[in-house]
Amino acid sequence: MVTAAETDAPTPPAGGELRRFRVFRFKRGDAAPRFDEFDVPVGPKTTLLDALRWIQLRRDGTLALRHSCLHASCGTCGVQANGREVLMCVTFVHDLGHEITVEPLANIPVLTDLVVDMREFYARFPDVHPFLRESEFLPEADTPDAIERYARYEDCIECGLCVSACPIVATSDRYVGPAALAAAQRLAEEPRGVDVEDVLDWADAEDGVWRCHAAFECTEACPSNVNPAARIMALRGVLVGGRLRLPGLRREPA
Amino acid sequence: MNAPAPGREAREARGPLRRKGIGPSPSGWLDPRGRALGSWAFAVNRVTGLGLVFYLYLHLGVLSLLLVGESAWNDFLELATTTVFLLLDVLLLFGLLYHGLNGIRVALVGSGVVPNRQRALFWAGTVIGTLALAYGALHILGGT
Repeated sequence: MVTAAETDAPTPPAGGELRRFRVFRFKRGDAAPRFDEFDVPVGPKTTLLDALRWIQLRRDGTLALRHSCLHASCGTCGVQANGREVLMCVTFVHDLGHEITVEPLANIPVLTDLVVDMREFYARFPDVHPFLRESEFLPEADTPDAIERYARYEDCIECGLCVSACPIVATSDRYVGPAALAAAQRLAEEPRGVDVEDVLDWADAEDGVWRCHAAFECTEACPSNVNPAARIMALRGVLVGGRLRLPGLRREPA
Repeated sequence: MNAPAPGREAREARGPLRRKGIGPSPSGWLDPRGRALGSWAFAVNRVTGLGLVFYLYLHLGVLSLLLVGESAWNDFLELATTTVFLLLDVLLLFGLLYHGLNGIRVALVGSGVVPNRQRALFWAGTVIGTLALAYGALHILGGT
């Protein structure tokens, strides 16, 4: 594979071509964000991350972006490419057209350039997270310094793409968003000892499960097949079913 | 248990917030770039909803012409049979059909009855709605 990062001059590799990138730029102290343009040589297998790294290495070392695993597992390289939420590491430039606008995720404050402040993503979750599950790993394995434990939302890679894509998050600052609700549904589906009623109470709120307007953009954006929208709807089904049942007919817990 | 998300003001103090949407102050819910079927269905549902609310008040205003007198009402009826007005009736029928059928779709999906069938329901509604719209338009424009 020829990656753009291996090419020094902006001449396309064999079978490749030049693509124009409009990249969102913002640094602390800037009066306003701007877009910088770069022509980048790309091959058939060049990923968006390859192209951005090429810009970073060959054209502008101040371009800030975030990435880690390179295989859609860590969830750190989420951006908007031509208005669509993608993970840069698994998105081929050839699929994006000849002029590609790259912006940070929407609905999450920008720290610098393409890097967003993920505290906003986590701030949408409740303080006490019954949805967080401790990762299962060998008991003798040590966690790195400053990390007390490994914990992840089940299936979710916490990339924030769903929060960026959701039109309701864009219009309602208090909506908890698709990721947290999908995690809640997963827990209701398979409690593993957690109090499901507590989870349902949390979700059963104006800014919880009922704020979703069924646009399904979260499911379209999710790179991890969590299918948050269907999970939100399933969670509603559980809540609606519970409400429709007469109190005297409520099923006793097993 | 619920920890509300920080307000917009507090977040924007930390850095600019990119918003989807069109216009100088994008609201985010209507952005044509790269959106999928569900977003279009949602956006059109909102637009038709706003249109139907507008029509309701317009309708009440038109009915109030009856208070003005018989000639005012007859003048309106003459206007109401022009081709342009009849085309607006067809547009109204589209709004009613779309909003109603999509409402059924959203209710079925949103209440968890068929959480994974939003696309199939959309296309089923489209077929039913198109047939009903064609039937209605023929009657409206045909004058029968």
